[in-house]
Amino acid sequence: MNLVENFDLYAPRLINKKELFSAGHRACSGCAEVLAVRLMCKALGENTVIASATGCMEIVSSMFPTTAWEVPWIHVAFENAAAVASGVEAGLKALRRKGKVDDRYVKVVGMAGDGGTMDIGIQALSGAMERGHDMIYVCFDNEAYMNTGIQRSSGTPMGASTTTAPAGKVSMGQKTWKKNMPEIMVAHNVPYVATACPSYPLDFIRKIEKAKSVKGPSYIHCFSVCPTGWRCPSHLAISMGRLAVETGVFPLFEVENGHYRLSPDMPKKLRPIRDYFKAQGRFRHLTDEEISMIQERVNTEHKKITEKAKYLKTGNE
Amino acid sequence: MALKTWKELPIGCVVSEPGSASEYHTGSWRSQRPVWNDAKCIKCGICYVFCPEGCVQQAENGFFKANLDYCKGCGICAHECWPRAISMVEEG
Repeated sequence: MNLVENFDLYAPRLINKKELFSAGHRACSGCAEVLAVRLMCKALGENTVIASATGCMEIVSSMFPTTAWEVPWIHVAFENAAAVASGVEAGLKALRRKGKVDDRYVKVVGMAGDGGTMDIGIQALSGAMERGHDMIYVCFDNEAYMNTGIQRSSGTPMGASTTTAPAGKVSMGQKTWKKNMPEIMVAHNVPYVATACPSYPLDFIRKIEKAKSVKGPSYIHCFSVCPTGWRCPSHLAISMGRLAVETGVFPLFEVENGHYRLSPDMPKKLRPIRDYFKAQGRFRHLTDEEISMIQERVNTEHKKITEKAKYLKTGNE
Repeated sequence: MALKTWKELPIGCVVSEPGSASEYHTGSWRSQRPVWNDAKCIKCGICYVFCPEGCVQQAENGFFKANLDYCKGCGICAHECWPRAISMVEEG
C-alpha cells in the first residue's frame, strides 16, 4: 500500500467534525440526499444562510415545532429558492453597508431538488445567475418528485418507471431524456459550475469549498440516490452513486470560467450501464434493445464531455 | 415535545431553537442494528462520513460507535466499511 492510498484511507478523519445538520431528521433510512446536505453543511461552516425550496429536504428537516438546521434557514415556495437567496444576499450587503450587521463574510446558499431546479424554479435560478449574485445554488438531483410519491420530472432519466410515467405493456416508463442542467448553467457563463456526488465525499466537500471561495454565482449539481424512489435496497445507496459515475450515467466534472475539468474520480474506461440498472427496480422492465439504446446515448454524452475537457481545459484560451 | 396551541404559535411559525429535531429519536424506525468488530476496525472513519444521520461517533479510544437513539438501520456503514468490521444484526 503506497502513501497516496493511505492518505485516501484516512482522509475521512480530516473533515470538519461539527455537525450543522442535526440527527433526528425524518429522512427515509439510507437517504443519500440527506447525507449530501450534511456534508454540504460541514463544508460551508457556520457563516451561511440557506434558502430551501419545497421538497424532501424541507419536509424531513423542519417538522414543526422542530428543525434539524443549525444555520439560519428559510423555507420558501417551490419556484423561488434562487430568488430568495439572491434577495438575502442583497439584503445582507445593504445591512452591512449601513453597519447594522457585523462585518463578516456570510455565504448565501439556495437549494432545491431536481423538480424545484429543472422544472419549477428554472426562471428564478436563471435570473439569479444572470444578475451575478454572490451565492451558491445546489441542486439535489434524485431524478423525480420523490417527496410527493415518485412523479416524473425533467430530471428523470430515459426508461425509468415512475408513478406518472409507469412502465407496462404500452410504455417503457419515462420516454424523454434527462435535461442537462449543468450545461444550461455553463451557458449562463457563471464563474463556477460543478457536478458532484456524495458517494465521493472528499470530492464533494472540495467542490462546495471551491464554490464558497468564488466571488459570484456558482452552481453545484449533486446526484443524490433515493433508495425509496429508485426501488433499491437502502444499504446500496452509496454504491449506486458510485456506479452512476463509473458507468458514465453521471459524469463528475467542474467548469471554471468556461474551462472544463473531469474529476480525478472519473474512470478511464466506463462500465456497462447494465451494472447500474441491475439493482434498481425502476429499470427492471427494460429490454436489451432499450438498454443498448440508452447505452449508446451515455457513450455519446461521455465522449462529448471528455472532448470538452480536452479542448476547453485551463490554459487553452 | 408538547404541541403548542394556536395562541402560543410564534408569528410565521418560526423555530428559534437550532437543531431541535434531535428531540425526536428516529432509532425506533430501525429493524437492523450495526455492530462493530473492533478487532477488524482500522479507525478510518468511512462509517462516520457515510452515515446519513450523522449518528456515528468516534469514542475516546478511537473506535467508532453508532448512537442508537438516531440510527435508522440503513446498513450503509456495514456495506461501505473497507475491512468489513461492521455487521448488521436483527433487532429484537
